[in-house]
Amino acid sequence: MLDHPATHVTGTVTDLQATGLAKSFGKARPVFEGLEFRIQRGECVALVGANGTGKSTLLRCCLGLIAPDCGQVSLLDQDIAAIKGPARRALRARTGLVGQKHNLVPRLSVLSNVIHGLLGRHSGPRYWVQGLAPAAARTAAFAALDKVGLADLALRRADQLSGGQSQRVGIARALVGNPRFLVADEPCASLDPQAGEEVMALFMSLVKREGVTVLFTSHNVQHALSYGDRILGLQGGRIAIDARAREVSAQDMARLYV
Amino acid sequence: MSDRSLPMRFARPGAGGFLGYLAVVLIILWSLEGAGWSADRLISSPPKLADFLDRAWPPSTHNLDRLAWKMVETLQIAIAGAAIGIVLSVPVALLAARGVLVGRGVSLAVRTILGFIRAVPDLAWALVFVVAVGLGPFAGMLAIVVDTIGYCGRFFADDMETTDPGPAEALTATGARRLDIAACATIPAALPAFVSTSLFGLEKAVRSSTILGLVGAGGIGIEMKVGFDLFDYPTAMTVILMIAVVVIGVEQIGAVLRAAIMGQAR
Repeated sequence: MLDHPATHVTGTVTDLQATGLAKSFGKARPVFEGLEFRIQRGECVALVGANGTGKSTLLRCCLGLIAPDCGQVSLLDQDIAAIKGPARRALRARTGLVGQKHNLVPRLSVLSNVIHGLLGRHSGPRYWVQGLAPAAARTAAFAALDKVGLADLALRRADQLSGGQSQRVGIARALVGNPRFLVADEPCASLDPQAGEEVMALFMSLVKREGVTVLFTSHNVQHALSYGDRILGLQGGRIAIDARAREVSAQDMARLYV
Repeated sequence: MSDRSLPMRFARPGAGGFLGYLAVVLIILWSLEGAGWSADRLISSPPKLADFLDRAWPPSTHNLDRLAWKMVETLQIAIAGAAIGIVLSVPVALLAARGVLVGRGVSLAVRTILGFIRAVPDLAWALVFVVAVGLGPFAGMLAIVVDTIGYCGRFFADDMETTDPGPAEALTATGARRLDIAACATIPAALPAFVSTSLFGLEKAVRSSTILGLVGAGGIGIEMKVGFDLFDYPTAMTVILMIAVVVIGVEQIGAVLRAAIMGQAR
């Protein structure tokens, strides 16, 4: 099933447009090549595919964390390769990343970790630890923690949390800066099924309530079909599925993993 | 059971590997010869050592108060020098660590300077500072500062380079500056290693400061030298035992501090 991306345009503004993206590591054959897709404002897109198909690499290319070999990424109306320094940081301040691991700083408090999500907009020692942070930053971070149900643990060390709690703190950190575009790389990969279900439900309810555009990867077919408005399926370095989630069957998804 | 045979326990080295082992053995033999290896002198040494211990025991307690104050001065040199050196090592290490604040070129240049600092022995640094600021403990402290920067600067940088890149990547994705990422993700992640390295640096500083007196840079080392020069072995033995007690004590205090610091959230 391969439809043209334009057939799925629902919004009026394109938040992400990838054109002719290719990436390889060393002399190996490209992880992917010739990728073209668009993500409209407010869409929630599930990126699926077998291990090694380049999902995580593609997400990082979309945020400009790694450079593609060729092709172009336009993120929030800006060519990400063409901007550097403060302009690129300003663009990134409007984005967020939730990783496979929570990627919290283990020795710092939960509240400090969430305040770090504001570093794209505010720089300097006052935003390094919660004890020095301005009241507005502490209030915003605490509110974000409250949204993920962890306000009671604000001063607990991050390395004393369970996996599910840590991932929720990671979500709070990603959301505290009110991002326009959010990338989540298998946010439930390190969690047991129960915790994974809870975290995914919470994450999706928050981003949909805030109207954030989301690109997420998942090996959980049900998550992709339930939470994604649209499915992008990678296979053999190409996009094999680009369709609305309700139009994709479990069999279509299973074929991606053959 | 298949007809496959068990693999060999150890792989037989190839010609290149065999030549490599042979070269290592030859270099060690060559080094022993250059170091004046003598079995006769080694065999004849235990009676002489026993004679020294006999003449040195019991340790002298005549000048214990003076020696104790010299030991205090030695510790002051070590603590002040190590503290300043450790603090200065953090910015130096940020410039030496690849990919944290700077690129490959600056990192290589700073690491080369740190390599030079470490290549020069602490006694040589003490001699340099005796020339620069005169005899006394201040020269010794400056030598410890430089020696600590060479040691901690390099290992702090290594510690930062080997931290989990995940938290730094998460902050990069929010648009954080490199200095903020270093302060919020890299340094906190490397902090346990920093504390460990700093305590080793302090122990190293204490050991170094005990011999800086040999070149007039303060501390208890001069008392040990005088003890040996005047064949006052009981006093020399007292100094050796004091050094051992202090170094072991610093190690024990370091272990307690390490546990206490590791248990606090910020």
